[in-house]
Amino acid sequence: MINKILELIVPDAVCLNMDAKDSAEVIRTLGEKLLAAGYVKESFVAAALSRESELPTGLPLGAAYNAAIPHTDAEHVLHSALAVATLKHPVIFQNMVDPDAGVEVHLVILMALDHPKVQVEMLQEVALVLQDSATIEGLVQASSIEEVFASLKG
Amino acid sequence: MGKQKTILVACGTGIATSTMAAKAIESAMEERGIDVIIRQCKTAEIMGRLNGVNVLVTTTSFSSDIGVPIIRTLAFLTGIGKEEAIDQIIAALEACDK
Repeated sequence: MINKILELIVPDAVCLNMDAKDSAEVIRTLGEKLLAAGYVKESFVAAALSRESELPTGLPLGAAYNAAIPHTDAEHVLHSALAVATLKHPVIFQNMVDPDAGVEVHLVILMALDHPKVQVEMLQEVALVLQDSATIEGLVQASSIEEVFASLKG
Repeated sequence: MGKQKTILVACGTGIATSTMAAKAIESAMEERGIDVIIRQCKTAEIMGRLNGVNVLVTTTSFSSDIGVPIIRTLAFLTGIGKEEAIDQIIAALEACDK
């Protein structure tokens, strides 16, 4: 059910228990890992940061933990990929549909999307994960990459 | 419902959350036997993409007097309030026939 996510997660860009002071630091750290691994262009981090400030991606999930799914235009991407951070202390992302409202986020999934080969299955799988509080909880509490994959496999 | 309706789904990039929402709306409409055309675009492109559109669904805070109903919702991403959002879309589509 989450095969595409498993295929696209870059293990070197999974940061567990990250000690970040704000949303920009999370996006920058994850984006630089995707850059180092060769999935995005130099311009990706700045583009993702500016896109987040104009069109934020915080998602209240109505349960113990909330998530954010930062991303930007495909022109900054070389190959589709996912980076994941769980946060030691939640940071505020603004609400996607209500940017004046802050959302306390524990889980960040940074999506590098390569248009026109948009990863429809992967996007649908991310929505499934966001809608499953047990998976979200498993991800937030994971202490190793193996536990991340185990939570995703459910 | 009368003739086939068109739903425009918009998000910031036109490829990420609008794809998630479009797919969820597509299957919800299919389950209910409602024949719709679903288009996607960036929020910034909405004004130029409204021709023939009956309802706009967006995952952003987009707000403007565009002459068609706007449904701003994260329901198709988070699952919260999904049934209500689907009902809202259907009510907006049905209103087009009146």
